[in-house]
Amino acid sequence: MLAKSFKRFAIAPLLVALASCATAPEEKVSLLEQVKSRGELKCGISGGLPGFSSLTPQGAYTGLDVDICRAVAAAALGDADNVAYTPLTAAQRFTALSSGEIDLLSRNTTQTLSRDAGGGNGLTFAPVVFYDGQGVLVRRDSGVTTLEDLAGETFCSKAGTTTERNLNDVMQARGIPFEPLNFDQDQDRNQAYTEGRCAAMTADRSSLNSARSGFAAPDDHMILDEVLSKEPLAPATADGDARWGDAVRWVVYGLMAAEELGITQSNIDARVAAATDGEEQENAALRRFLGIEGDLGSKLGLPNDFVVQAVGAVGNYGEIYDRHLGPDTPTFIPRGLNASFTEGGLHYAPPFN
Amino acid sequence: MSLEPLAPGRLSGRRKRLLLILLQVAIGLLVLGVIALLLTNLQVNLLRRGLGLSFDWLGEPARFPLSRGLLPYRTEDSYAWAFVVGLVNSLQVVVVGLVLATILGVVGGAANFSSNWLLRQLASLYVAVARNVPPLLHLLFWYFVVFLGLPAARSGVGAVAGLLRLPVSVEFVALLIGLTVYTGAYISEVVRGGINSVPRGQWEAARSLGFGEGRTLRLIILPQALRAILPGLNSQYINLAKNSTLAIAVGYSDLFSIVNTTFNQTGRSIEAFALLVLVFVAVDLLISGVMNILNRLVLRHG
Repeated sequence: MLAKSFKRFAIAPLLVALASCATAPEEKVSLLEQVKSRGELKCGISGGLPGFSSLTPQGAYTGLDVDICRAVAAAALGDADNVAYTPLTAAQRFTALSSGEIDLLSRNTTQTLSRDAGGGNGLTFAPVVFYDGQGVLVRRDSGVTTLEDLAGETFCSKAGTTTERNLNDVMQARGIPFEPLNFDQDQDRNQAYTEGRCAAMTADRSSLNSARSGFAAPDDHMILDEVLSKEPLAPATADGDARWGDAVRWVVYGLMAAEELGITQSNIDARVAAATDGEEQENAALRRFLGIEGDLGSKLGLPNDFVVQAVGAVGNYGEIYDRHLGPDTPTFIPRGLNASFTEGGLHYAPPFN
Repeated sequence: MSLEPLAPGRLSGRRKRLLLILLQVAIGLLVLGVIALLLTNLQVNLLRRGLGLSFDWLGEPARFPLSRGLLPYRTEDSYAWAFVVGLVNSLQVVVVGLVLATILGVVGGAANFSSNWLLRQLASLYVAVARNVPPLLHLLFWYFVVFLGLPAARSGVGAVAGLLRLPVSVEFVALLIGLTVYTGAYISEVVRGGINSVPRGQWEAARSLGFGEGRTLRLIILPQALRAILPGLNSQYINLAKNSTLAIAVGYSDLFSIVNTTFNQTGRSIEAFALLVLVFVAVDLLISGVMNILNRLVLRHG
């Protein structure tokens, strides 16, 4: 009997071992090194938002958010295709990042104080890649033109986003009563709206635009002129890994700086050749930017020519934008605030020095 | 005490018992120690990230809107109150669902013993279909296909809600019916098994005494089957309570969806989910407790 009880004790060292595993203070290796040794970038995306991240008929992901992942992979690994994508819901995304399931969150995520702060979601934001604002989608034949026209009506929105609170803040401040209806998935929210369960659907204007492009009759719906909030969408990494955060930040800046300098996917080889030993070889700033001289890339832990790799793989920011949100796409959104500062927009890369 | 293997029976009964109790205590302490270690580790890691465990945020205004429910709620109310509203919303669907699923299950289970061929086939078809479809699909079917797809169904819900002056939404009804139909199929199998456990002789005896089919079932068979049915019901009830967390898929603001929103707004995932777990353990223990009391009553009087 007693011997049996002692045998039961055999589980004890196991438990102790388990506990010590859990407490062992892990020496932190930057995600940048982990990504490089793994040879693959784990990127969290939405997956259901045409223009930002969605599946092509061939089964590959495409969109502005996806190209950010590809640019980072190209810069860090030299191959834009070495990305493992994880489609995430709005509610899952921060846990996926903090638990290390993904390295980079590139999922139309609004930068806010609480998400940035350590006492909140604890993210580190890369530069804003899309300046958005919350809008309201209604049926064209409803005659609604302002929020006041929607008094007492039901609004469909998505749970776990900033939109719930923004809508409430605006409506409360203007004294407009409304009924909220929240869903976990984009398609459920869209379907509830198209089936007429709610008079209006609210989300970032880019999301509304994408959603509408998938409706049976997109032109029967319109986005109200009113913008409810500022929604700067930015990629994010987990707090406490400045090396990785810096690398991601400067890859994104590199895409913007390339547009400022007129460097495109098609002319980058020629520009590199010209700066190496051609007519631009006296342009020291350009030579540093392209990694021909200096050590800007290696300061970040990236190859010196990381900008060349990134732009060569996905093009500059303007090219990415035009490819997914330009006038020739079904998800066209005028560039507006998303133009480079040289064109009067907000995208502005700090100096590569 | 010596550690060499002891032949059974060398220790007196009392000493052996004492030793075993000591062992139990030691193992208990060890388990508690491991839990404490893990919790401390969690706290240390959180503090390192600047996130000490705290529940102060529960008093802050929630500021997210909720659909109208049984309890009054304004967006300036606290997160704590929003949780209570969510809990009541969840309980509302669980309690009504338990009653309806039980009725459906008993009818479905009993229909297996009907002399009507069609009724028997319908009962087994219902179980086969409802049990083999995941609960989430049940909810999506009732919500999107039935209630949103058929405007008549939706306006019917609105009319009944208006008549009863109850804040009953299409979302609530879709969730309720979905959970009821799904759980009802399992309950009907439990009931069928219970009725099967009653010896055939009871049916024959009742028939020879001139009892009709319905009265036999109601007065003779079901009371005896109850002993076998009650323990099985317990786990189905708990399943229904747990499945109610799928509510967010059809836009119903249950406790889980409110916890989800809260955690997104505050970043307090561990605290919010700890509360959620505690509440669900409490609800499930409550269901089990009530079922155990019922079971004891049946065993005593049945």
